[in-house]
Amino acid sequence: MRDPIAERVRDMKPSGIRKFFDIVSEMKDAISLGVGEPDFDTPWHIRDEGIYSLEKGRTFYTSNSGLMELRTEITKFLRRHYNLSYDPAHETLVTVGGSEAIDIGLRTLLEKGDEVIIPEPSYVSYVPCTIMAGGVPVIVELKAENEFRLQREELERAITPKSRVLILPYPNNPTGAIMERKDLEKLTELIIRHDLIVLTDEIYSALSYKEPHVSIASLPGMKERTILINGFSKAFAMTGWRLGYACGPENIITQMTKIHQYCIMCAPTTSQYAAVEALKHGDSDVEEMRNAYNERRRFLMHEFRRMGLSCFEPYGAFYVFPSIREFGMTSDEFATELLKRKKVAVVPGTAFGNCGEGFLRISYAYSIENLKVALGRLEEFITELRSGS
Amino acid sequence: MNEISEIRLRILKAIEHDSRINPAELAIRLGVDETDIVNTISDMEKEGIICGYLTLIDWDKTSEQTVTALIEVKCTPQRGQGFDTIAERIYKYPEVGSVYLISGGFDLMVTMEGKTLKEIASFVTDKLSTQESILSCATHFILRRYKDHGTVFGKKYGDERMQITP
Repeated sequence: MRDPIAERVRDMKPSGIRKFFDIVSEMKDAISLGVGEPDFDTPWHIRDEGIYSLEKGRTFYTSNSGLMELRTEITKFLRRHYNLSYDPAHETLVTVGGSEAIDIGLRTLLEKGDEVIIPEPSYVSYVPCTIMAGGVPVIVELKAENEFRLQREELERAITPKSRVLILPYPNNPTGAIMERKDLEKLTELIIRHDLIVLTDEIYSALSYKEPHVSIASLPGMKERTILINGFSKAFAMTGWRLGYACGPENIITQMTKIHQYCIMCAPTTSQYAAVEALKHGDSDVEEMRNAYNERRRFLMHEFRRMGLSCFEPYGAFYVFPSIREFGMTSDEFATELLKRKKVAVVPGTAFGNCGEGFLRISYAYSIENLKVALGRLEEFITELRSGS
Repeated sequence: MNEISEIRLRILKAIEHDSRINPAELAIRLGVDETDIVNTISDMEKEGIICGYLTLIDWDKTSEQTVTALIEVKCTPQRGQGFDTIAERIYKYPEVGSVYLISGGFDLMVTMEGKTLKEIASFVTDKLSTQESILSCATHFILRRYKDHGTVFGKKYGDERMQITP
């Protein structure tokens, strides 16, 4: 029998976190700081609305683009928080998580051989989705000294005549970096001059601890060349509901909707009803969770400083990205040893791109009590390393 | 009502759920100086904003027998004093845990703890009902406490998330 697997799938690298997942799941008393989702449950009033929709028998498909009521609330939410103005009827598409929006966005935009500029370290799916869509990933290796913010010069160096799309993953998983207004403003002239489309993944937009998050789509001349991706997973602690959305120019959203219609039909109906409630009455929940994450963030940064572990101060998402270069180990070695010796699971920075070498992603989607125990073990570990044992 | 500053609010929210929180740690978490935390707490104690520090106890897990009752009290307000005098007469009993003035079908909600049903019954019949301005009492016994002060009693769910996710 010939090999039934298509080459582009066979060549796809398995996710870098798989190995750790396997070791951790074998361990009984391991503490994980490796989770990329909120530790909060979805607020009860939101869950209740989902349950109510089931009780009412709302178990049908919705329109391909999503419930009109939900799209309307999405556009109100974007206006309220990010000063963005989208038409719910033609510029908004409800998707199965932000992940689907990334996939169909790229599939809609790319011709074979088009280049997609991807800043790394960043979320694991941009590169594979680009390749699956026939595009060519062009990696920009972000620098810790720039707090992992994309610099104008870095972008300029990556641009070629084949450049088509820029992925902008901020607030960033895994680094926790943000792009402030001033950082974004430095990029727009370049983006417009080279006629790039921006795919901005703002799934962590609600978790920004400095100035309120600024979307590049709100800057002059950008809305018409931006696909904005956001969703409910991080802001409302709704990961398992698998619900996100894309907003953008009508011509792009219409074409994305075609792919969505044939592959997915529509996002889960129960989740959509729950999401309407989240947007209508969930702002204070988001604020409460943001405050809790921020307290943990400050606590972690303080502990790292105390331990002498080098880390730039991240202002977004729920990750810190400390450097472990002083120990002369690779990220993978460090994470593996830490797990074996102290039973603390973290994710090596390299899971998010080669330039994550020398860093660890530590999630603070855990209670302070949990973080204390884990940090205690981490401190023991680095003390042992420093004393050469 | 004084407009409460952000820092006061954040401290109150933190100690409302954990009165034993260490001021040094709270200072780190809120991004302020430890002395600010200590001083603000002390100010709020003096101003009567912070009225006390309690411990939440699940007595059911001890060998101590306790019964808690909610008592709905209807009474006649007194001229010039409304319900204040009668409330005071009630809350002076040490076995009374709390007294609230309530809108709706009755006037005062009284909670009390006793060792036995009998102890509570005799308090209601001897001490409460006999008060001149009290018209009637309806006593409800608490059978089980599911949640109190934002804390769920009994069943706790662990972290069921996958341990590593991208």
